[in-house]
Amino acid sequence: MSDFSFWVILSNLLLATRWTFLLSLIAFVSGGIVALALLFARVSGKPWLERLTRWYIEFFQGTPLLMQLFLFFFGVGLFGIDVDPWIAAWLALTFWTSAFLTDIWRGCVEAIPKGQWEASDTLALSYVEQMRYVILPQAARIAIAPTVGFSVQVIKGTALASIIGFVDLTKAGTMLNNATFRPFLVYSLVALIYFALCFPLSWYAHRLERQLNVAR
Amino acid sequence: MGYTLVFGDLLPYWPVLLHGLIFTIVLTIVSTVAGVALGTAGASARAFGPKWLDWVVGAYVEIIRNTPFIVQLFFIFFGLPAAGVKLSETVAAFLAMTINLGAYSTEIIRAGIQAVPKGHIEAGESLAMSRMQILRYVVLKQAFQKIYPALSSQIVIVMLGSAVVSQISAEDLTYAANYIQSRNFRAFEVYLVVTLLYLLLAISLRAVLRGIGRWSFPKA
Repeated sequence: MSDFSFWVILSNLLLATRWTFLLSLIAFVSGGIVALALLFARVSGKPWLERLTRWYIEFFQGTPLLMQLFLFFFGVGLFGIDVDPWIAAWLALTFWTSAFLTDIWRGCVEAIPKGQWEASDTLALSYVEQMRYVILPQAARIAIAPTVGFSVQVIKGTALASIIGFVDLTKAGTMLNNATFRPFLVYSLVALIYFALCFPLSWYAHRLERQLNVAR
Repeated sequence: MGYTLVFGDLLPYWPVLLHGLIFTIVLTIVSTVAGVALGTAGASARAFGPKWLDWVVGAYVEIIRNTPFIVQLFFIFFGLPAAGVKLSETVAAFLAMTINLGAYSTEIIRAGIQAVPKGHIEAGESLAMSRMQILRYVVLKQAFQKIYPALSSQIVIVMLGSAVVSQISAEDLTYAANYIQSRNFRAFEVYLVVTLLYLLLAISLRAVLRGIGRWSFPKA
């Protein structure tokens, strides 16, 4: 058995952290894009479209992320496609993220006074124009703090991708633990690295929230 | 190259699913009660305790909230035995869930405590209520009423997060799914059914919590 010094363990964990970081970033961006599209449907005022989006949100918020990962991992395979854990993790996290972000952003849009909708109506703006030029710029201001806060959930969510074989920080921790039998040290370091990734974001989200409350 | 979904292969395994379902429900109930109790103590300590205690509880909350649940679980199940504390997978699962919910509910309940007007505490003092009485009847009662919806959604999130305890072979609903798919190779069907069971569980849990809320805080 090879000898693992503290520094070997730490450097291997840090190397695996790039995949956690990259997966979080990709999932957050693609989830955000899907969420923006869903947001247009969610506040469209068309009952069937709103109901459909509500079910979508209900499904992805009401089931464990782990199950969603399994469904994508085994589900895509049914079509005869060999599924890479990357693809399954990316897909599942995108859907999951989009459901939460749509819900968060819906709250922000609904916080915009009704008069703004009516005023832009009288200016004969189309629905997309209303959203683009009147509602979203104002909603975005309120949305930043909870959105940054949710990015922490995405980073923590990527840890579950390790279960379907994605070699991220958590998976690297498990592998190193199997090789070194020093679980206390390994998992302490893993937790510490996650903390170093997440805490600045939590802190920043909290600060933004306070600033917004002062401004109001 | 069509694939036909076959759900019939699941039928013989219904006792396994039922066992997993019950485990998940019990796990959720016990860790909810323990976690909220821990959160209440934590929030009270932060609001009324000495400065150092506020700092300690604050560190606990931030560490838990900024690390993944699965890492907390692995730390408790694999890491603690190395430090001399041996736990069965069931106890480790209960402990991890309680500690996790404890941190989130500390933060939620603290927000509720801060929203209680200072005058109410002073009014309690002028009625010669003891500190514990003020905490119990004046502060916490109002705090819980305010934060009950936020606490409810956190409990649902923790219930869904409990799927991860299958990874240390605690025999929950997800563990049942893994077990069944390793026997009948109908992975997608099993996970689909179990996902829907979780959805059902989440919807019922929300309904139950709403009911408890209405019963505990009558009026509006």
